[in-house]
Amino acid sequence: MDRTPYLLHLADNALILGQRNAEWCGHGPVLEEDIALANMSLDLIGQARLLYQEVAKDRGGDCTEDTLAYFRDTAAFRNYTLLELPHSGPVVGYGQAQRDYGVTIVRSFLYSALMVLVWDALQGSNDKTLAAIAEKSLKETRYHLRHARDWLLRLGDGTDESHRRTQEALDYLFPFTQEFWAQSPAESEAVKAGIGVDLSTLREDWDDLVSAAIAEATLVRPSGQGYLSQGKFGQHSEHLDYVLAEMQSLARAHPGATW
Amino acid sequence: MNETTKQLKDWPLWEVFVRSKQGLEHKHCGSLHAADARQALDMARDVYTRRQEGVSIWVVQSSQIVANRPDEKGELFDPSADKIYRHPTFYEIPDEVGHM
Repeated sequence: MDRTPYLLHLADNALILGQRNAEWCGHGPVLEEDIALANMSLDLIGQARLLYQEVAKDRGGDCTEDTLAYFRDTAAFRNYTLLELPHSGPVVGYGQAQRDYGVTIVRSFLYSALMVLVWDALQGSNDKTLAAIAEKSLKETRYHLRHARDWLLRLGDGTDESHRRTQEALDYLFPFTQEFWAQSPAESEAVKAGIGVDLSTLREDWDDLVSAAIAEATLVRPSGQGYLSQGKFGQHSEHLDYVLAEMQSLARAHPGATW
Repeated sequence: MNETTKQLKDWPLWEVFVRSKQGLEHKHCGSLHAADARQALDMARDVYTRRQEGVSIWVVQSSQIVANRPDEKGELFDPSADKIYRHPTFYEIPDEVGHM
């Protein structure tokens, strides 16, 4: 059984969200929060590295964690579309000025709420290395969830403006969580082999976790229906191209460079 | 507006104390701004324990710390300057005691 498609899906999720959230580095709303978010980006990139290293081991040859991160193109990435979207939210805009911390927080919340359940379940994976990575990642992700949930409450139950913007972010991002529940071939294979986790078994817990926090934040849970994004099947929004262009340009301009 | 919501400019200052793995006591390591105690703890974790500095964190609102006035330094501290006998350096420690 080839475990690499499943590992790549997990790794790409972590890398792309890590890269996205790192865009706030030096631009955070307050110094303390700037550092917090950069910390969490580094956690995510660390998770991605461990998983890419496993993929590289299986693939052999010239494959390394770096070739996987820097020399694959958009269509080869298997991350959720949710994680590649810009921080500007529903507003059309790509400039840094349009970054909205509400979008950043809501996205982190929706994803970490899923990943605490996923990593917890993966601790029981037949793949002992993946189980060990899950154990390490679970601790990190628990903190990410705590951080995002805390801010969701503060922003949702904050001022009129923070409430409005957080609700807009939630309305915008929630439909993209449908992608969590559409099983990909990589996931089916991994579940069959006892390596991966069947997300449908986690859905109820995720629903409870998410609904409770949204209610506590005095926000309204959107129906979350509509267009089903396909990022984990390799069909991405245009936004991933921009993320990769920024992330990969240096490695491609100076292949093999070290510092 | 939620009555506990504080605008950024009104976030109070907090003093952060961290106990390291080997340390027996919390040591002051800096300060930060946060809206409330819980957030101050989280931020202290991110700002001051990134390099494995700590296993325990205390935060206290800076305004709660009572400090002496700098101009009282003379009367408070100078009188102890000539009382070296208060240091326990005049005792012979028996060998059996070992390292103290």
